[in-house]
Amino acid sequence: MSSSRALSLLSKHATTLSTSTRGKAHFTFQPSTTLPSGLESMEKSKMNLMQSVNEAMRIAMETDDSAVLFGEDVAFGGVFRCSLDLQKKFGKDRVFNTPLCEQGIAGFGIGVAAAGATAIAEIQFGDYIFPAYDQLVNEAAKFRYRSGNQFDCGKLTVRTTWGAVGHGALYHSQSPEANFTHTPGLKLVVPRGPIQAKGLLLSCIRDPNPCIFFEPKILYRLAAEDVPTGDYTIPLGQAETVRSGKDLTLVAWGTQVHVALEAAQLAKEKLNADVEVIDLQTIQPWDEDHVVESVQKTGRLIVTHEAPISSGFGAEITSTVQKRCFLNLESPIERVAGYDTPFPHVHEPFYLPTVHRVFDAIKKSVNY
Amino acid sequence: MALFARQLQSLTAQGIRSSQQVRLASSEVSFHTKPCKLHKLDSGPNTSVTLNREDALKYYRDMQVIRRMESAAGNLYKEKKIRGFCHLYSGQEACAVGMKAAMTEGDAVITAYRCHGWTWLLGATVTEVLAELTGRIAGNVHGKGGSMHMYTKSFFGGNGIVGAQQPLGAGVALAMKYRDQKNVCITLYGDGAANQGQLFEATNMAKLWDLPVLFVCENNGFGMGTAVERSSASTEYYTRGDYVPGLWVDGMDILAVREATKWAKEYCDSGKGPLMLEMATYRYHGHSMSDPGTSYRTRDEIQEVRKTRDPITGFKDRIITSGLATEEDLKAIDKEVRKEVDEALKVATSDGVLPPEALYVDIYHNTEAQTT
Repeated sequence: MSSSRALSLLSKHATTLSTSTRGKAHFTFQPSTTLPSGLESMEKSKMNLMQSVNEAMRIAMETDDSAVLFGEDVAFGGVFRCSLDLQKKFGKDRVFNTPLCEQGIAGFGIGVAAAGATAIAEIQFGDYIFPAYDQLVNEAAKFRYRSGNQFDCGKLTVRTTWGAVGHGALYHSQSPEANFTHTPGLKLVVPRGPIQAKGLLLSCIRDPNPCIFFEPKILYRLAAEDVPTGDYTIPLGQAETVRSGKDLTLVAWGTQVHVALEAAQLAKEKLNADVEVIDLQTIQPWDEDHVVESVQKTGRLIVTHEAPISSGFGAEITSTVQKRCFLNLESPIERVAGYDTPFPHVHEPFYLPTVHRVFDAIKKSVNY
Repeated sequence: MALFARQLQSLTAQGIRSSQQVRLASSEVSFHTKPCKLHKLDSGPNTSVTLNREDALKYYRDMQVIRRMESAAGNLYKEKKIRGFCHLYSGQEACAVGMKAAMTEGDAVITAYRCHGWTWLLGATVTEVLAELTGRIAGNVHGKGGSMHMYTKSFFGGNGIVGAQQPLGAGVALAMKYRDQKNVCITLYGDGAANQGQLFEATNMAKLWDLPVLFVCENNGFGMGTAVERSSASTEYYTRGDYVPGLWVDGMDILAVREATKWAKEYCDSGKGPLMLEMATYRYHGHSMSDPGTSYRTRDEIQEVRKTRDPITGFKDRIITSGLATEEDLKAIDKEVRKEVDEALKVATSDGVLPPEALYVDIYHNTEAQTT
């Protein structure tokens, strides 16, 4: 298949590739070309992802007296500076550090939210979310259900970092969203850039359900655009078509949207194929209708994500689209994802679903 | 004896440190260490310890290798030849070397990510460590593990997830007990990790089943950028085991560490169950190479520790003043160590990288190649 060809191609340049590309990102950030509706007239300021997240939290805490932010090292600004100056502005009783205890942080956050305060809990790296998994899956997701709506922890938003960063290796690069999509009761969101991050995070914080907001750490500084400075939200559960096309639908989220856009551009130049790129934005609940409508138009689908392919969220999308668009499909649905391995150390460039692998899948689909 | 008494007089007359020294008949000297603080113990390790020349030179060399190796790693990181995460042990050498000095064949160690020094001490070469950091084939895990994942026969790593190693250590100790081994599993963790729920669970199991595990908290004062007072309701980490007896040890004094570990080992070997040790130590660098280490403490503080409590210079002073070693002895060792590290550096920066097929090796037992 395409990936083994790519692999053999890469292995010819094994040593040089892995040493020379270790310092380079595997994608180019593509700023949004359109704004969410109604925001064209709002004043804008150039911000990167870290700043837009900071902004969203500031606005959330200004407009909601009960909002508190806590996590490891958030007081001085956080390891990625997302909570910069927030303790200064809102005080030590609203922005505070926790000890090193993810399970404790999640459980504590559920309690705070259940008692009626808006809890923004930070898990420093998505790779560390697993001690908190039991709390999130067994408590947060099921609180409303098991109490017949007498209790809920809808005021909880867990923010955590996500995805490949170029040198993170096994425990600073994971995309754990699929571990949670199997749990009804949680909402899961991944932004592709600063404009979406601010609006989506505000939506998560204000949404009456427990949400996990995954922030692509590689975009914190790399992704900068003109972000509206006011208070705005982007609705959850809505996907966005970031590039229109008629020949093939390419679905991605987070950092991978930029890889997809690059592959779409390549496809236009080399194959004269018009690829439609969709940013899913909310992974759970995902905008099925939006994707289905697109595939009904194009007849071809590729889903691409950094997480390992088996049981990655691409599998769920593929299955649903297969069912709803069976007679529309012109080619088998493809998934271009990480391999079924732990996220590697030196082999990161080979593991990632790069633009070459996505392009190969596009080529295979349109030529089927 | 008169000769010795005169020598003693002349030595004390020179007004050296307050710790007394007595020259014994053989080339063995006795020193005094700070007493350990005890938790639920009636007696503790000796404060009078002996050291012979051979051990003195070995411990000095071991600490210097770690110090030099970590410096080299820091420089490689600054040159971007090491990417990702790199947590240096500089300042804490006395803990590892002291504990290793008390270990016997069959003892095991497991720690978190500040593990380069431990990996070398427990059998890897400097080349294996540095080449693993740079991701080359000569590396301890051939480049697949990186800084936080290095292993040897008696060293269970090298763990990236904080606290994960605590229950693992208890498990290793269970296996030792099951096989009737007179061994211990030294399970290390930091002051930050002391607040993980897993430690509570592991401690309970260890005490319930009298497992030969030494829970050792390497308290360097900071959990990343958070000072211990701001993360922990109790900073007496050696008492946190509650029903597990504990020892507080001066972690900057390698002889104190060795003595305490020896004592602790005897305690465990006799079947009395686990102990919780706290090594009061200090790290000069930041939490990792991404942390300058000066936004939560002053440069003055770091300099102060380097000047007054450095484990290597402190030890050096002792062994020279007591006549166990000469300046020349130590200079020769320094030279040798520099050479060893420099040669390792050469390999670490020039060796090749594993081919891409290695990506899916070792997922399972005899992992099959993937076809997608």
